[in-house]
Amino acid sequence: MNDKHLIELIDVSKDYSGDVALEHVNLYIKDGEFLTLLGPSGCGKTTMLRLIAGFIQPTAGRIEMDGVDIANVPPYKRRINTVFQKYALFPHLNVFDNIAFGLKIRKMDKKTIEEKVNAMLELVNLRGYGKRSVDQLSGGQQQRVAIARALVNEPQVLLLDEPLGALDLKLRKEMQVELKRMQQRLGITFIYVTHDQEEALTMSDTIVVLKDGEIQQIGTPTDIYNEPKNPFVADFIGESNIIPGIMLQDYRVRINGLTYECVDAGFKRNVEVDVVVRPEDIDIVPPEAARIRGVVQSVVFMGVHYEVDVDCGGYEWIIHTTDYVAVGETVGIDIPPDAIHVMKKTRSMNIFDGIAYPADGLVTIDGTDFPAAVPAAFSEKDEVLVQIAPKDVVLLAPQDEDAQLTGYVKACMFLGTHYEVTVDCGENDWIAFSDDFMEDGAETGLRVAREAVTVSAQA
Amino acid sequence: MRRSVFSYPYIVWMLLFILSPMILIFYYAFTGEGGFTLQYLVSALDADNLTVLWDSIRLALYTTVICLLLGYPVALMLSRMRKATATLLSVFFIVPMWMNFLLRTYAWKVLLGAYTGILYTEAAVLLGMVYNFLPFMILPVYTILMKLDPSYIEAAGDLGANGVTTFFKVILPLSLPGIISGITMVFIPSTTTFAISQLLGGGMTMLYGDLIYMKFITEQSWSAGSALSIVLLAFVLLSMGVMRHFDKDSSGEKGGVRKW
Repeated sequence: MNDKHLIELIDVSKDYSGDVALEHVNLYIKDGEFLTLLGPSGCGKTTMLRLIAGFIQPTAGRIEMDGVDIANVPPYKRRINTVFQKYALFPHLNVFDNIAFGLKIRKMDKKTIEEKVNAMLELVNLRGYGKRSVDQLSGGQQQRVAIARALVNEPQVLLLDEPLGALDLKLRKEMQVELKRMQQRLGITFIYVTHDQEEALTMSDTIVVLKDGEIQQIGTPTDIYNEPKNPFVADFIGESNIIPGIMLQDYRVRINGLTYECVDAGFKRNVEVDVVVRPEDIDIVPPEAARIRGVVQSVVFMGVHYEVDVDCGGYEWIIHTTDYVAVGETVGIDIPPDAIHVMKKTRSMNIFDGIAYPADGLVTIDGTDFPAAVPAAFSEKDEVLVQIAPKDVVLLAPQDEDAQLTGYVKACMFLGTHYEVTVDCGENDWIAFSDDFMEDGAETGLRVAREAVTVSAQA
Repeated sequence: MRRSVFSYPYIVWMLLFILSPMILIFYYAFTGEGGFTLQYLVSALDADNLTVLWDSIRLALYTTVICLLLGYPVALMLSRMRKATATLLSVFFIVPMWMNFLLRTYAWKVLLGAYTGILYTEAAVLLGMVYNFLPFMILPVYTILMKLDPSYIEAAGDLGANGVTTFFKVILPLSLPGIISGITMVFIPSTTTFAISQLLGGGMTMLYGDLIYMKFITEQSWSAGSALSIVLLAFVLLSMGVMRHFDKDSSGEKGGVRKW
């Protein structure tokens, strides 16, 4: 790997007839690195890959390769090859002809093609498979043919779109190692798309975490894991305790009424923050020696460690430990200063466009009426900004008569004392707080009290 | 077996409308005034009749080739359009087929007679046949192209193929089952067609279907008509065998997708 920027995305946006997939993304990719685009489905990672491949064009911004804007260069003129999610091997061609496809188009002579294809078959451990039809191959073998078909063209960049998604766990692990080895040996740039955080952590030089079309964090696997920039990254990469806290001064943070030493500085005094503590960084100690004591709620053996839930008076810590503790036992816990990661508070708020009906005392958000105190300054049908704090959104059973609208749970994140639930209600995503965990895809009703709705003028 | 009860109506239908006519055809073809005879079959294979058969095959081939050349690009265009637009446009192709083909052919007769000088020529017959059979080419090809995974096309582009190369190296070979299905659905009915040639060819072009019609209706010689039918049947079975052979060759994809 060297420091040359091979590909650069400059202020790239992409929307599909109004639906935003990527928003003002800036990213550079170094020559020879293994870069992973990581995020939940719908975060824009595949869109980014398809932009780099040239299958789609950005709505705005530049995509540069070696300093030249390639945003509108068709895919067949780019020195980039792709391994497709479902491989897209040509069913009318055998293994050899699939791999030779790109070389034949470049009109190479027969002998060279044969040498190159055989070398590739060797590289992906499929020697002697040339004559086979592609639908005689197993998933793992098809995967290898897809990689060989792309690599034989000696691309500068190889794009891989969730290539291991269809394989079983054992094969996936083997292929992860093999892909990484291949990339190191060939020294070409790999851009890898996945939603599997473990895969990203094991293989990448650089991880780009995406959410809702925006980059959340760029960094090495160690950086991303140890210093997540916000609760989303912390929650997405590995398990986390995410707790609200107050930054008293540099190196001092207050959590649940106790002051802890930490290694973070540079925040304003007494500012509200989010604190992330990894479960494996918390130590279980004898209760008499500890500042915090709690009762063990549950113990689950995870193979190499136990996952222990300790209730410390209103707050439950998740702890990973190799020592067995019994349910009901009182234990002490210790959080070392370098285990505490302090983050700027991401203030979550529901902000929607609405239409005011002062006479009726209503605002309409996407066709649903909400009783609200509309200031007298607004006239009938004015377009307004509506704000509703997540704590004021009441979650109900979807069939409940009191539900004002219904939607489906899109994400549920534990914030120490409660869960933050994102509910997809069609046009808008609503954020609400819940005491209980809610499964993704579960249907739920929502209700907002009149007092909780704040109506203001649009900017 | 209770379930087999449901197949009874179909079995009756087959006996009544498929098997019994066949038996009758074979009976008449080999029966003369003095009982069993090969005389009708022999004369069905004489030079005059074979010329008519050859003419029919020739016109059917022309029709098939023209339908393929016209129909494939249309199907390709439809498959690339937005789904709603494509559905609307394919309705335009299907709606005329709801009208009886004789009426459509009469319409052509009037049009060709009024505006062109080609009525009662082979060109007019060809036009009528292409017009009647074109949807049978477009629809199977369109169906298979629509089902074609777009990632194959992207993969070809990714590997350096421009639009033209992608078409010849990927799209065309992968749509072969649709093409074969279309050819079968155009070639076989056009070999056996009649009426179109009578209406638009004005008796100048005699097709095999017309010949059979003439023997049965005009000459009232059921035996001669039946013998000709057997020759045609043999030819149809032969061409279907050839077509099936090609279908097997073209990839693992199951061909013969029909829209209705």
